[in-house]
Amino acid sequence: MKLTGAEIFVECLKREGVDTIFGYPGGSVLQIYDAIFKQSHFKHYLVRHEQAALHAANGYARVSGKCGVALVTSGPGATNAVTGLADSLADSIPTVCFSGQVPSSLIGNDAFQEADIVGITRSATKHNFLVKRVEDLALIIRQAFHIATTGRPGPVLVDIPKDISIDICEFEWPEEVNMRSYQPVTKGHPGQIKKAVRSMMVAKRPVLYSGGGIMNSIGSASLLRELSHALNAPVTNTLMGLGGIPHDDDHFLGMLGMHGTYEANMAVSHCDLLVAIGSRFDDRVTGRLDAFAPDAKVIHIDVDPSSISKNIHAHLPIVGDVGVVLKQLLEEIARKDCKPDSEALQLWWEQIDEWRAKDSLGFDQPEDGPIKPQTLVRMVHEKTKGNAIVATDVGQHQMWAAQHYGFNRPHRWLTSGGLGTMGYGLPAGLGAQVAMPDEKVVVFTGDSSIQMCSQEFSMAFQYKLPVVVIILNNGYMGMVRQWQEMFYESRYSNSYFDSLPNFVKLAEAYGGVGIRVDRLDELSAALDKALNVNDRFVLLDVAISKEENVFPMVPAGAALNEMVLS
Amino acid sequence: MRHTISILVENEFGVLTRVAGLFSARGYNIETLNVAPLKDRTISRMTLVTRGDEHIIEQIKKQLNKLVPVIKVEDISHTVHLERGMLMVKVKVGVDNCETLLEIAEKHDAKVVDDHIDSHMIIEFTGKVDVLDGILVELEPFGIIETTRTGPLGMRRGAKGFTVD
Repeated sequence: MKLTGAEIFVECLKREGVDTIFGYPGGSVLQIYDAIFKQSHFKHYLVRHEQAALHAANGYARVSGKCGVALVTSGPGATNAVTGLADSLADSIPTVCFSGQVPSSLIGNDAFQEADIVGITRSATKHNFLVKRVEDLALIIRQAFHIATTGRPGPVLVDIPKDISIDICEFEWPEEVNMRSYQPVTKGHPGQIKKAVRSMMVAKRPVLYSGGGIMNSIGSASLLRELSHALNAPVTNTLMGLGGIPHDDDHFLGMLGMHGTYEANMAVSHCDLLVAIGSRFDDRVTGRLDAFAPDAKVIHIDVDPSSISKNIHAHLPIVGDVGVVLKQLLEEIARKDCKPDSEALQLWWEQIDEWRAKDSLGFDQPEDGPIKPQTLVRMVHEKTKGNAIVATDVGQHQMWAAQHYGFNRPHRWLTSGGLGTMGYGLPAGLGAQVAMPDEKVVVFTGDSSIQMCSQEFSMAFQYKLPVVVIILNNGYMGMVRQWQEMFYESRYSNSYFDSLPNFVKLAEAYGGVGIRVDRLDELSAALDKALNVNDRFVLLDVAISKEENVFPMVPAGAALNEMVLS
Repeated sequence: MRHTISILVENEFGVLTRVAGLFSARGYNIETLNVAPLKDRTISRMTLVTRGDEHIIEQIKKQLNKLVPVIKVEDISHTVHLERGMLMVKVKVGVDNCETLLEIAEKHDAKVVDDHIDSHMIIEFTGKVDVLDGILVELEPFGIIETTRTGPLGMRRGAKGFTVD
């Protein structure tokens, strides 16, 4: 069957099982958009800025477990996508981005809307391709999806010059992808599994520390819980790992790190065995490296060998898919029929309960005072029974959502953890809503963050995506202001917005419902109203206490056990 | 410490930039780099010399392996191995000192590739890095017009080969 490059693109996406793509047309991809117009295998969602296409694909991927797909044009279309690619790289989210390119004959000619996007995105993607012959297109697309979704997942960019999308060749679908230079390991080394179980059985103060790897290995969350219960070991999650274990599981210590709970950070600081599971010892997690888990033997399970012993030395590395390795560990425990040291563990749990008694996430909500952000997040949890898909932007609201929402399940929490991209929340939430049309999607955002991708309200309106956007409005770039207060003697340099838009009118201008909440006694009814709108988006602009800080906090460069509680 | 790393990569466009970009993005230095396709022209072999403590070298190896077109990586520094570089020197010469220059060339098993006894010679040396350094010092008094040299190529001794399989 002879097809044009654009038709091959459509055919390949169909065969990869793609049902949704996010994109924005332009000169270099017109041929592809024409082929999209003529097909019915997947639906194209039009974003209003290419950065949002990547964030939407990212949100879609995180909740669906499938690969997110984006399509952008050459030059500015592709450069706009770079932030979204870098974001997916930092958080290891499987996405494939197709970019148009000027015709092959014009490459290197400084042509109109030309950018060397393969060069630009080399360090913002897991891998990228420039298609040089239409005959190579199908194989490259197949490899792109393979690379994006296997090993440590990540974004892959495929740059398609316009002439390639027009050229015709015989279409051949490569059934198998076998790349001699790319062979990710999935199964843990059996010898290492045995050694790990031996260490787990003699540990007196174990901690399991899990991250985003649990999300990327579908089905591994239940195994994490099983292991925690089998070992009677506490579990702490990174920001990326929230939902890896239900928030109300009595083995869960909460999040660790800079804004983690007291019990999580103290447990890590005092443990004698730290099992890192799909987590990478990020600087926001470890605090000062030389004081991190100083007495612990470290077992590190990760699919990416370069994450192991990068920041913290792993005494026992296990390279493999976390789900597969967790299963191997549980099988070894069952086979050996061994039990952990229950006496030591009892003492350990008594100690943990003492730390828990500090109630480090506690706060006071004055009846007649301003709305505390914590109150707001907890109320959303109650009204959604902890079952909403929650997306956030970046800053104080992100940390309050992480600390107080309480996740029941994995794949419900969308946040820009690694890159910290303001503007991520709304498009990611829209992508998630597309993937899960029957679920409630809540976007927690700030008065600053929302202005970085607010054009996507237009996408929400177009596709009637009923996301509930909640602005925690304190009139500041809250996290910047908090650091300026704590470390720069309250010199609020450029962190104050004295010209915020009228967010209610903004929502209405885009065809959504806008609600402003100033007083605590209005909040519950407003939330009920917002959560019951199902045919359009809602923007809830909530005035929160202006100078509330996120606590607990480990100041940058301090050790985890030097955290400030309030 | 100085490390010599052998790398097999897919011989495709952009792979050199990926390797070089990795070093600059992560703050490592490339001291020398040699690259050429093998007989199987789908593969190129690189010899890369870098410096760092064991921890850094371990990371470099892992990061190199993480690049999709990289097939195989080996740090040969800790093994019994050979390293040889090539040096071409264009040096001034006259009738009075040409004999001495030819003796030096002969001592180092060098080849005289361009010979103008009354003006200059181009001599081609191969050898270990420090030997080539020494040759440059030795030739200095003649008046060096121009030099160019490769970084070392590396290969493990022993019967085992560094191949794809």
